[in-house]
Amino acid sequence: MLTSPEAVAAILGMAIVTMAVKASGFLLADRLPRDGFAAAWLRHIPGAVLAALVAPAVVTGGVVEAIAAAATAAVFILSKNLFAAMAIGVATVYTVRLLVAG
Amino acid sequence: MTDIAASPDSRMDQFLAGARACVPVAISVAAYGLVWGVLARGAGLSLLEVIMMSALVFAGSAQFVALDLWTATPAALPIGALVLAALIVNLRYLLLTATLRPLYPAKGLLGGALSMYLVTDENWAMTVAAMARGKGSVAFLMGGGALAWIAWMSTNLVGYGLGSAIDDPSRWGLDFAFTATFLALLLGMWKGRGDLVPWLVAALAAILTSRLVEGSWHILVGGVVGSLVGAYLETRKNAHKS
Repeated sequence: MLTSPEAVAAILGMAIVTMAVKASGFLLADRLPRDGFAAAWLRHIPGAVLAALVAPAVVTGGVVEAIAAAATAAVFILSKNLFAAMAIGVATVYTVRLLVAG
Repeated sequence: MTDIAASPDSRMDQFLAGARACVPVAISVAAYGLVWGVLARGAGLSLLEVIMMSALVFAGSAQFVALDLWTATPAALPIGALVLAALIVNLRYLLLTATLRPLYPAKGLLGGALSMYLVTDENWAMTVAAMARGKGSVAFLMGGGALAWIAWMSTNLVGYGLGSAIDDPSRWGLDFAFTATFLALLLGMWKGRGDLVPWLVAALAAILTSRLVEGSWHILVGGVVGSLVGAYLETRKNAHKS
């Protein structure tokens, strides 16, 4: 069986709402004033979203993730190298999990 | 907008630079792409449905949620629930794509809106980090998006083809690649003490939300609350100055 009308409808529906949300943010930004509170709000979104992405993963993960996050931060602050920071973070999680599990 | 006047060569350079910048996270996207492909086969999606969903929806977290709801018998497929879940999981993109607006020229909004299709958490994060350094361009954003798209689609197909149990990415620590990259990007955006309170508020709001509600609400809640606090503090400070 290749597919069904129901599956196509579900996938198209998912695609349309996803695209609508992505396009809406872009188009709504055009309606916001270029200065004052709205502009300051847009400027603060990237940092706030990244903090919101990272914080729960670090805190709820436990000791392993906390150690790895500290290692990642240390490497990035010292080297300013994103790839090195990511690699050290992953390697730390892998090693500490091995030690804890083993 | 210097990008419009830029020569095709430098636009290609920007596209490739965007793709290169996204390599660290593309590794993680690929690992999860493999897992999604395996799970999609288990959930009863046909190969054509896998291709359609990854090509058209192209949103990892929404696609993982969809597998929970998917049924192999078409008549039982909860179409409304699938669409609603995709909408809810992807609401955070309102915040992400709004911050990309300054990259685009004042006119020709339709093309810009359509190009948001290629925006993912990963190339968004790389691009706003570049923008914070006075760099970043539409081509840079698209380069990262194209790499993420290829990494996602190709590993979905490989996972679907293998079909058998693949190692959990967390066994190799690959689940942490997203967190580590986003953490490093966040640190790179530090501009001064004015960032501390908004970031802490965003982090606390996100942690609290993730404890109370399933899914990706913590990104939206933390992002909105933290940025509003930041804007409030900044405008209050400026009001005091004048």
